[in-house]
Amino acid sequence: MRIIARLDVKNEWVIKGIRMEGLRKVGNPLELAEAYYKAGIHEIIFMDAVASLYDRNNLFHILEEACEKVFIPITIGGGLRSLEDVSSALAAGADKVAINTGAVKNLSLVGEIASRFGSQCIVGSVEAKRQVDGLWQAYVDNGREPTGLDVLDWIQMLEAAGVGEILLTSVDQEGTRQGFDLDLLTAANSVTSCPVILSGGYGNPGHLNALIRSGHLPGAVAVASVLHYGQASPAELIEHTANPAIADAAA
Amino acid sequence: MINIGVIDYGVGNLRSIANALKYVGATPVVSDSADTLMRCERIIFPGVGAFAFGKAALLAKGLHKVVFSAIADEKPLLAICAGMQLLFEHSSEFGNHEGLGVIPGQIDKFDVRAAGVQSARLPNVNWLPLTKSHHVDGLAGELLADVTDDSRFYFVHSYHAQSRGPHTVATSNFAGQTFAAAVGKGSLFATQFHPEKSGPDGLIMLEKFVG
Repeated sequence: MRIIARLDVKNEWVIKGIRMEGLRKVGNPLELAEAYYKAGIHEIIFMDAVASLYDRNNLFHILEEACEKVFIPITIGGGLRSLEDVSSALAAGADKVAINTGAVKNLSLVGEIASRFGSQCIVGSVEAKRQVDGLWQAYVDNGREPTGLDVLDWIQMLEAAGVGEILLTSVDQEGTRQGFDLDLLTAANSVTSCPVILSGGYGNPGHLNALIRSGHLPGAVAVASVLHYGQASPAELIEHTANPAIADAAA
Repeated sequence: MINIGVIDYGVGNLRSIANALKYVGATPVVSDSADTLMRCERIIFPGVGAFAFGKAALLAKGLHKVVFSAIADEKPLLAICAGMQLLFEHSSEFGNHEGLGVIPGQIDKFDVRAAGVQSARLPNVNWLPLTKSHHVDGLAGELLADVTDDSRFYFVHSYHAQSRGPHTVATSNFAGQTFAAAVGKGSLFATQFHPEKSGPDGLIMLEKFVG
Protein backbone atom coordinates (compact mmCIF):
# COMPACT_ATOMS: atom_id res chain seq x y z
CA MET A 1 0.00 0.00 0.00
CA ARG A 2 1.39 3.37 -1.01
CA ILE A 3 1.34 6.40 1.29
CA ILE A 4 0.69 9.68 -0.49
CA ALA A 5 1.08 13.20 0.90
CA ARG A 6 -1.88 15.32 -0.14
CA LEU A 7 -1.20 19.06 -0.27
CA ASP A 8 -4.30 21.21 -0.73
CA VAL A 9 -3.09 24.61 -1.87
CA LYS A 10 -4.80 28.00 -1.70
CA ASN A 11 -3.07 31.24 -2.68
CA GLU A 12 0.47 29.81 -2.40
CA TRP A 13 -0.23 28.16 0.97
CA VAL A 14 -0.86 24.57 1.91
CA ILE A 15 -4.12 24.69 3.81
CA LYS A 16 -6.01 22.18 5.88
CA GLY A 17 -9.58 22.20 7.13
CA ILE A 18 -12.05 19.86 8.69
CA ARG A 19 -14.51 18.31 6.27
CA MET A 20 -12.95 20.67 3.72
CA GLU A 21 -14.06 23.78 5.63
CA GLY A 22 -12.49 26.16 8.15
CA LEU A 23 -9.21 26.20 6.24
CA ARG A 24 -5.97 26.98 8.09
CA LYS A 25 -2.57 27.74 6.59
CA VAL A 26 -0.01 25.07 7.40
CA GLY A 27 3.02 25.86 5.24
CA ASN A 28 4.74 26.44 1.93
CA PRO A 29 3.85 23.83 -0.72
CA LEU A 30 7.37 23.53 -2.15
CA GLU A 31 9.02 23.21 1.24
CA LEU A 32 6.51 20.64 2.46
CA ALA A 33 6.68 18.57 -0.75
CA GLU A 34 10.47 18.47 -0.56
CA ALA A 35 10.46 17.64 3.16
CA TYR A 36 7.97 14.77 2.72
CA TYR A 37 9.94 13.47 -0.28
CA LYS A 38 13.18 13.46 1.70
CA ALA A 39 11.38 11.70 4.54
CA GLY A 40 10.40 8.85 2.21
CA ILE A 41 6.80 9.53 1.08
CA HIS A 42 5.74 7.50 -1.99
CA GLU A 43 3.90 10.20 -3.94
CA ILE A 44 2.71 13.80 -3.76
CA ILE A 45 -0.70 15.19 -4.70
CA PHE A 46 -1.02 18.96 -5.22
CA MET A 47 -4.68 19.93 -5.16
CA ASP A 48 -5.70 23.47 -6.08
CA ALA A 49 -8.33 24.28 -3.46
CA VAL A 50 -9.53 27.47 -5.18
CA ALA A 51 -9.44 26.25 -8.78
CA SER A 52 -13.20 26.37 -9.18
CA LEU A 53 -13.20 30.05 -8.19
CA TYR A 54 -10.97 30.90 -11.16
CA ASP A 55 -12.01 27.90 -13.28
CA ARG A 56 -8.36 27.01 -13.86
CA ASN A 57 -5.42 25.41 -12.08
CA ASN A 58 -3.07 27.90 -10.44
CA LEU A 59 -0.33 25.53 -9.33
CA PHE A 60 1.74 24.97 -12.48
CA HIS A 61 4.59 27.20 -11.27
CA ILE A 62 4.75 25.23 -8.01
CA LEU A 63 4.73 21.97 -9.96
CA GLU A 64 7.57 23.14 -12.22
CA GLU A 65 9.75 23.97 -9.24
CA ALA A 66 8.78 20.90 -7.23
CA CYS A 67 9.79 18.44 -9.94
CA GLU A 68 13.33 19.83 -9.94
CA LYS A 69 13.81 18.47 -6.43
CA VAL A 70 11.16 15.82 -5.88
CA PHE A 71 11.83 12.56 -7.75
CA ILE A 72 8.67 10.60 -7.04
CA PRO A 73 5.30 10.63 -8.82
CA ILE A 74 3.42 13.92 -8.62
CA THR A 75 -0.31 14.25 -9.24
CA ILE A 76 -1.97 17.62 -9.81
CA GLY A 77 -5.66 18.32 -9.46
CA GLY A 78 -8.15 21.16 -9.50
CA GLY A 79 -9.47 23.21 -12.39
CA LEU A 80 -8.33 20.90 -15.21
CA ARG A 81 -11.16 21.12 -17.73
CA SER A 82 -9.75 20.27 -21.16
CA LEU A 83 -7.18 18.15 -22.96
CA GLU A 84 -5.07 21.33 -23.34
CA ASP A 85 -5.13 21.89 -19.55
CA VAL A 86 -3.98 18.32 -19.00
CA SER A 87 -1.29 18.62 -21.64
CA SER A 88 0.02 21.78 -19.91
CA ALA A 89 -0.04 20.06 -16.52
CA LEU A 90 2.02 17.13 -17.84
CA ALA A 91 4.43 19.51 -19.57
CA ALA A 92 4.86 21.33 -16.25
CA GLY A 93 6.04 18.07 -14.70
CA ALA A 94 2.94 16.21 -13.48
CA ASP A 95 2.93 12.43 -13.84
CA LYS A 96 -0.81 12.21 -13.29
CA VAL A 97 -3.80 14.52 -13.26
CA ALA A 98 -6.77 14.23 -10.91
CA ILE A 99 -10.07 15.18 -12.53
CA ASN A 100 -13.35 15.81 -10.70
CA THR A 101 -15.48 18.72 -12.03
CA GLY A 102 -13.95 18.32 -15.50
CA ALA A 103 -15.27 14.76 -15.67
CA VAL A 104 -18.66 15.60 -14.15
CA LYS A 105 -19.17 18.32 -16.78
CA ASN A 106 -17.83 16.23 -19.66
CA LEU A 107 -17.10 12.55 -19.08
CA SER A 108 -15.70 12.14 -22.59
CA LEU A 109 -12.72 14.22 -21.45
CA VAL A 110 -11.54 11.20 -19.45
CA GLY A 111 -11.48 9.01 -22.56
CA GLU A 112 -9.66 11.69 -24.53
CA ILE A 113 -6.95 11.95 -21.86
CA ALA A 114 -6.64 8.17 -21.55
CA SER A 115 -6.25 7.57 -25.27
CA ARG A 116 -3.76 10.41 -25.69
CA PHE A 117 -1.63 9.96 -22.56
CA GLY A 118 -2.63 6.55 -21.20
CA SER A 119 -4.92 5.53 -18.36
CA GLN A 120 -2.00 5.51 -15.93
CA CYS A 121 -1.88 9.31 -15.97
CA ILE A 122 -5.54 9.98 -15.16
CA VAL A 123 -6.96 9.75 -11.66
CA GLY A 124 -10.71 10.07 -11.19
CA SER A 125 -11.17 12.32 -8.15
CA VAL A 126 -14.38 11.57 -6.27
CA GLU A 127 -15.60 13.55 -3.23
CA ALA A 128 -18.04 11.27 -1.41
CA LYS A 129 -20.54 12.48 1.16
CA ARG A 130 -22.73 10.01 3.03
CA GLN A 131 -26.47 10.49 2.52
CA VAL A 132 -29.37 9.70 4.85
CA ASP A 133 -30.07 6.47 2.94
CA GLY A 134 -26.57 5.21 3.85
CA LEU A 135 -25.22 5.58 0.31
CA TRP A 136 -22.83 8.27 -0.88
CA GLN A 137 -23.31 11.15 -3.27
CA ALA A 138 -20.49 12.61 -5.40
CA TYR A 139 -19.66 16.27 -4.76
CA VAL A 140 -17.50 18.88 -6.46
CA ASP A 141 -15.91 22.15 -5.25
CA ASN A 142 -14.38 20.70 -2.07
CA GLY A 143 -17.49 18.92 -0.96
CA ARG A 144 -19.77 21.95 -1.40
CA GLU A 145 -21.70 21.20 -4.60
CA PRO A 146 -23.75 18.02 -4.96
CA THR A 147 -23.74 16.45 -8.42
CA GLY A 148 -26.74 14.16 -8.06
CA LEU A 149 -24.46 11.23 -8.92
CA ASP A 150 -24.32 8.13 -6.75
CA VAL A 151 -20.65 7.58 -5.86
CA LEU A 152 -20.63 3.87 -6.69
CA ASP A 153 -22.32 4.45 -10.06
CA TRP A 154 -19.96 7.32 -10.77
CA ILE A 155 -16.84 5.26 -9.98
CA GLN A 156 -17.98 2.62 -12.48
CA MET A 157 -18.59 5.30 -15.10
CA LEU A 158 -15.12 6.76 -14.51
CA GLU A 159 -13.48 3.35 -14.84
CA ALA A 160 -15.39 2.59 -18.04
CA ALA A 161 -14.33 6.00 -19.39
CA GLY A 162 -10.67 5.12 -18.83
CA VAL A 163 -9.29 6.35 -15.48
CA GLY A 164 -6.33 4.37 -14.10
CA GLU A 165 -6.96 5.11 -10.42
CA ILE A 166 -9.70 6.52 -8.21
CA LEU A 167 -8.89 9.17 -5.57
CA LEU A 168 -11.74 8.65 -3.14
CA THR A 169 -12.13 11.43 -0.58
CA SER A 170 -14.56 10.95 2.26
CA VAL A 171 -15.85 14.48 2.87
CA ASP A 172 -17.37 13.28 6.16
CA GLN A 173 -14.06 12.01 7.53
CA GLU A 174 -11.73 14.55 5.89
CA GLY A 175 -9.64 16.46 8.43
CA THR A 176 -11.43 14.87 11.40
CA ARG A 177 -8.65 12.38 12.26
CA GLN A 178 -11.47 10.02 13.29
CA GLY A 179 -10.48 7.15 10.98
CA PHE A 180 -11.29 6.14 7.43
CA ASP A 181 -14.75 5.43 6.04
CA LEU A 182 -14.17 1.68 5.67
CA ASP A 183 -17.70 1.07 4.37
CA LEU A 184 -17.02 3.51 1.56
CA LEU A 185 -13.74 1.81 0.65
CA THR A 186 -15.27 -1.68 0.75
CA ALA A 187 -18.18 -0.57 -1.44
CA ALA A 188 -15.85 1.20 -3.90
CA ASN A 189 -13.47 -1.77 -4.11
CA SER A 190 -16.39 -4.04 -4.93
CA VAL A 191 -17.49 -1.98 -7.94
CA THR A 192 -14.11 -1.15 -9.51
CA SER A 193 -10.96 -3.05 -10.42
CA CYS A 194 -8.87 0.16 -10.41
CA PRO A 195 -6.60 0.90 -7.45
CA VAL A 196 -8.41 3.18 -4.99
CA ILE A 197 -6.52 5.96 -3.21
CA LEU A 198 -8.37 6.46 0.05
CA SER A 199 -8.33 10.00 1.42
CA GLY A 200 -9.78 11.46 4.58
CA GLY A 201 -9.73 10.49 8.21
CA TYR A 202 -6.30 9.23 9.17
CA GLY A 203 -5.73 10.11 12.83
CA ASN A 204 -3.47 7.47 14.35
CA PRO A 205 -1.68 4.20 13.43
CA GLY A 206 -4.68 2.23 14.68
CA HIS A 207 -6.65 3.58 11.74
CA LEU A 208 -4.14 2.14 9.28
CA ASN A 209 -4.24 -1.08 11.21
CA ALA A 210 -8.03 -1.25 11.04
CA LEU A 211 -7.72 -0.77 7.31
CA ILE A 212 -5.22 -3.62 6.93
CA ARG A 213 -7.22 -5.94 9.19
CA SER A 214 -10.44 -5.21 7.27
CA GLY A 215 -8.97 -7.12 4.32
CA HIS A 216 -10.22 -4.45 1.91
CA LEU A 217 -7.00 -2.71 1.09
CA PRO A 218 -6.84 0.48 -0.91
CA GLY A 219 -4.09 0.87 -3.49
CA ALA A 220 -2.90 3.85 -1.50
CA VAL A 221 -3.79 6.11 1.38
CA ALA A 222 -3.58 9.88 1.02
CA VAL A 223 -2.74 11.70 4.24
CA ALA A 224 -2.44 15.36 5.14
CA SER A 225 -3.00 16.44 8.77
CA VAL A 226 -0.82 13.70 10.26
CA LEU A 227 2.15 14.99 8.24
CA HIS A 228 1.36 18.70 8.42
CA TYR A 229 1.09 18.61 12.21
CA GLY A 230 4.09 16.31 12.62
CA GLN A 231 2.23 13.43 14.30
CA ALA A 232 4.05 10.80 12.24
CA SER A 233 6.73 10.78 9.56
CA PRO A 234 6.22 9.25 6.11
CA ALA A 235 8.73 6.52 7.01
CA GLU A 236 6.74 5.63 10.14
CA LEU A 237 3.49 5.40 8.19
CA ILE A 238 5.13 3.18 5.57
CA GLU A 239 6.59 0.96 8.30
CA HIS A 240 3.13 0.67 9.91
CA THR A 241 1.55 -0.54 6.67
CA ALA A 242 4.33 -3.09 6.20
CA ASN A 243 4.08 -4.31 9.76
CA PRO A 244 0.66 -4.03 11.44
CA ALA A 245 2.08 -5.32 14.73
CA ILE A 246 3.98 -2.07 15.10
CA ALA A 247 0.77 -0.18 14.40
CA ASP A 248 -0.93 -2.18 17.16
CA ALA A 249 1.77 -1.25 19.65
CA ALA A 250 1.68 2.42 18.64
CA ALA A 251 -2.12 2.72 18.67
CA MET B 1 29.81 16.76 -18.77
CA ILE B 2 28.34 13.99 -20.86
CA ASN B 3 25.46 14.72 -23.20
CA ILE B 4 22.54 12.40 -22.59
CA GLY B 5 20.09 12.19 -25.47
CA VAL B 6 16.48 11.73 -24.38
CA ILE B 7 14.29 10.45 -27.22
CA ASP B 8 11.22 12.69 -27.46
CA TYR B 9 8.59 10.84 -29.45
CA GLY B 10 5.64 12.67 -27.92
CA VAL B 11 4.78 10.35 -25.07
CA GLY B 12 4.97 11.10 -21.38
CA ASN B 13 6.55 13.48 -18.99
CA LEU B 14 10.09 14.15 -20.19
CA ARG B 15 10.60 17.08 -17.83
CA SER B 16 10.97 14.65 -14.91
CA ILE B 17 13.65 12.66 -16.69
CA ALA B 18 15.48 15.82 -17.75
CA ASN B 19 15.33 17.18 -14.19
CA ALA B 20 16.59 13.94 -12.70
CA LEU B 21 19.49 13.86 -15.18
CA LYS B 22 20.41 17.46 -14.33
CA TYR B 23 20.21 16.61 -10.65
CA VAL B 24 22.82 13.86 -11.06
CA GLY B 25 25.10 16.19 -13.01
CA ALA B 26 24.38 15.42 -16.66
CA THR B 27 23.29 17.60 -19.55
CA PRO B 28 20.06 16.22 -21.00
CA VAL B 29 19.36 16.81 -24.67
CA VAL B 30 15.63 16.21 -25.11
CA SER B 31 15.05 15.98 -28.84
CA ASP B 32 12.88 14.50 -31.57
CA SER B 33 15.70 14.72 -34.12
CA ALA B 34 17.45 11.43 -34.84
CA ASP B 35 20.57 13.32 -36.02
CA THR B 36 20.81 15.36 -32.82
CA LEU B 37 20.29 12.31 -30.62
CA MET B 38 22.80 10.17 -32.49
CA ARG B 39 25.47 12.76 -31.64
CA CYS B 40 24.87 12.22 -27.90
CA GLU B 41 27.16 9.91 -25.96
CA ARG B 42 24.38 8.07 -24.13
CA ILE B 43 20.70 7.57 -24.91
CA ILE B 44 17.56 7.37 -22.81
CA PHE B 45 14.52 5.75 -24.43
CA PRO B 46 11.60 6.74 -22.19
CA GLY B 47 7.90 6.15 -22.60
CA VAL B 48 4.51 5.79 -21.01
CA GLY B 49 1.18 4.86 -22.50
CA ALA B 50 0.04 2.40 -25.13
CA PHE B 51 2.45 0.15 -27.05
CA ALA B 52 1.02 0.67 -30.55
CA PHE B 53 0.78 4.46 -30.12
CA GLY B 54 4.40 4.58 -28.94
CA LYS B 55 5.65 2.37 -31.76
CA ALA B 56 3.85 4.47 -34.40
CA ALA B 57 5.10 7.74 -32.89
CA LEU B 58 8.67 6.42 -32.77
CA LEU B 59 8.62 5.27 -36.40
CA ALA B 60 6.86 8.39 -37.66
CA LYS B 61 9.91 10.45 -36.69
CA GLY B 62 12.50 7.83 -37.61
CA LEU B 63 13.59 7.68 -33.97
CA HIS B 64 13.83 3.87 -33.93
CA LYS B 65 17.13 4.47 -35.77
CA VAL B 66 18.50 6.09 -32.63
CA VAL B 67 17.79 2.91 -30.66
CA PHE B 68 19.25 0.59 -33.30
CA SER B 69 22.37 2.68 -33.83
CA ALA B 70 23.02 2.93 -30.08
CA ILE B 71 22.89 -0.86 -29.84
CA ALA B 72 25.06 -1.33 -32.95
CA ASP B 73 27.63 1.16 -31.64
CA GLU B 74 27.49 -0.31 -28.10
CA LYS B 75 26.54 3.11 -26.79
CA PRO B 76 24.99 3.04 -23.28
CA LEU B 77 21.21 2.92 -23.72
CA LEU B 78 18.66 3.08 -20.91
CA ALA B 79 15.06 2.22 -21.84
CA ILE B 80 12.31 2.96 -19.33
CA CYS B 81 8.80 1.47 -18.92
CA ALA B 82 7.06 1.58 -22.32
CA GLY B 83 10.51 2.14 -23.82
CA MET B 84 11.59 -1.22 -22.39
CA GLN B 85 8.44 -2.94 -23.65
CA LEU B 86 8.97 -1.59 -27.17
CA LEU B 87 12.34 -3.41 -27.29
CA PHE B 88 10.59 -6.79 -27.22
CA GLU B 89 9.32 -8.74 -30.23
CA HIS B 90 5.57 -8.54 -29.64
CA SER B 91 2.90 -7.07 -27.39
CA SER B 92 -0.71 -8.14 -26.94
CA GLU B 93 -1.77 -4.66 -25.71
CA PHE B 94 -4.97 -3.74 -27.62
CA GLY B 95 -4.36 -6.27 -30.43
CA ASN B 96 -1.13 -7.89 -31.55
CA HIS B 97 1.73 -5.55 -32.30
CA GLU B 98 5.31 -5.98 -33.32
CA GLY B 99 8.00 -4.32 -31.27
CA LEU B 100 11.56 -3.47 -32.21
CA GLY B 101 12.66 -7.06 -31.65
CA VAL B 102 15.87 -6.22 -29.81
CA ILE B 103 14.96 -8.49 -26.88
CA PRO B 104 13.27 -11.86 -27.52
CA GLY B 105 9.89 -12.27 -25.90
CA GLN B 106 6.36 -11.05 -25.62
CA ILE B 107 4.57 -8.36 -23.57
CA ASP B 108 1.28 -9.51 -22.00
CA LYS B 109 -1.29 -8.23 -19.55
CA PHE B 110 -1.15 -9.36 -15.92
CA ASP B 111 -3.77 -11.99 -15.22
CA VAL B 112 -5.11 -10.74 -11.89
CA ARG B 113 -8.04 -13.17 -11.82
CA ALA B 114 -5.72 -16.19 -11.98
CA ALA B 115 -3.84 -14.79 -9.03
CA GLY B 116 -6.91 -14.88 -6.83
CA VAL B 117 -5.42 -12.05 -4.83
CA GLN B 118 -8.15 -9.79 -3.48
CA SER B 119 -6.01 -6.68 -3.51
CA ALA B 120 -4.47 -7.17 -6.97
CA ARG B 121 -5.70 -4.34 -9.16
CA LEU B 122 -4.50 -2.95 -12.46
CA PRO B 123 -2.51 -0.96 -13.20
CA ASN B 124 0.23 -2.28 -10.91
CA VAL B 125 1.03 1.04 -9.23
CA ASN B 126 3.50 0.08 -6.54
CA TRP B 127 6.93 0.50 -5.01
CA LEU B 128 8.56 -2.91 -5.26
CA PRO B 129 11.91 -4.51 -4.44
CA LEU B 130 14.03 -6.20 -7.12
CA THR B 131 15.47 -9.70 -7.16
CA LYS B 132 18.69 -9.61 -9.15
CA SER B 133 19.59 -12.49 -11.47
CA HIS B 134 22.89 -14.30 -10.97
CA HIS B 135 25.92 -13.18 -12.96
CA VAL B 136 24.62 -9.92 -14.36
CA ASP B 137 27.25 -8.17 -16.48
CA GLY B 138 27.44 -5.21 -18.87
CA LEU B 139 25.61 -1.95 -18.18
CA ALA B 140 22.96 -3.83 -16.17
CA GLY B 141 25.63 -5.11 -13.81
CA GLU B 142 26.92 -1.60 -13.17
CA LEU B 143 23.50 -0.02 -12.68
CA LEU B 144 22.20 -2.80 -10.43
CA ALA B 145 25.36 -2.93 -8.32
CA ASP B 146 24.00 -0.81 -5.44
CA VAL B 147 20.50 -2.33 -5.39
CA THR B 148 19.84 -4.07 -2.06
CA ASP B 149 16.89 -5.88 -0.49
CA ASP B 150 15.83 -2.53 0.97
CA SER B 151 15.78 -0.69 -2.38
CA ARG B 152 12.34 0.13 -3.76
CA PHE B 153 11.36 1.20 -7.27
CA TYR B 154 8.21 2.80 -8.65
CA PHE B 155 6.21 0.73 -11.12
CA VAL B 156 3.10 1.73 -13.05
CA HIS B 157 2.01 -0.76 -15.72
CA SER B 158 -0.64 -3.32 -16.64
CA TYR B 159 1.45 -5.23 -19.17
CA HIS B 160 4.71 -7.01 -18.44
CA ALA B 161 7.49 -9.14 -19.87
CA GLN B 162 7.93 -12.76 -18.77
CA SER B 163 10.65 -13.27 -16.18
CA ARG B 164 12.07 -16.38 -17.90
CA GLY B 165 13.63 -14.53 -20.84
CA PRO B 166 17.38 -14.93 -21.44
CA HIS B 167 18.10 -11.23 -20.84
CA THR B 168 16.20 -10.80 -17.58
CA VAL B 169 18.54 -9.20 -15.05
CA ALA B 170 16.04 -8.46 -12.27
CA THR B 171 12.52 -9.59 -11.39
CA SER B 172 9.70 -8.36 -9.18
CA ASN B 173 6.41 -9.84 -8.04
CA PHE B 174 2.86 -8.64 -8.51
CA ALA B 175 -0.44 -10.47 -8.07
CA GLY B 176 1.38 -13.70 -7.38
CA GLN B 177 3.33 -13.49 -10.64
CA THR B 178 7.03 -12.97 -11.18
CA PHE B 179 7.83 -10.64 -14.05
CA ALA B 180 10.87 -9.04 -15.67
CA ALA B 181 11.59 -5.81 -13.78
CA ALA B 182 14.69 -5.15 -15.88
CA VAL B 183 16.44 -6.64 -18.88
CA GLY B 184 20.04 -6.15 -19.97
CA LYS B 185 22.22 -7.00 -22.93
CA GLY B 186 25.70 -5.53 -23.28
CA SER B 187 25.45 -1.74 -23.22
CA LEU B 188 21.64 -1.87 -23.06
CA PHE B 189 19.73 -1.71 -19.77
CA ALA B 190 15.95 -1.50 -19.70
CA THR B 191 13.65 -1.09 -16.70
CA GLN B 192 9.95 -1.68 -16.28
CA PHE B 193 10.08 0.69 -13.28
CA HIS B 194 10.78 4.42 -13.42
CA PRO B 195 14.25 5.23 -12.01
CA GLU B 196 13.51 8.96 -12.41
CA LYS B 197 10.49 8.56 -10.09
CA SER B 198 12.00 6.15 -7.59
CA GLY B 199 13.55 8.65 -5.19
CA PRO B 200 17.16 8.18 -4.03
CA ASP B 201 17.37 4.52 -5.20
CA GLY B 202 16.47 5.58 -8.72
CA LEU B 203 18.80 8.58 -8.70
CA ILE B 204 21.73 6.33 -7.77
CA MET B 205 20.97 4.27 -10.87
CA LEU B 206 20.79 7.37 -13.08
CA GLU B 207 23.98 8.73 -11.58
CA LYS B 208 25.78 5.52 -12.56
CA PHE B 209 24.28 5.71 -16.05
CA VAL B 210 25.52 9.24 -16.69
CA GLY B 211 28.96 8.11 -15.51
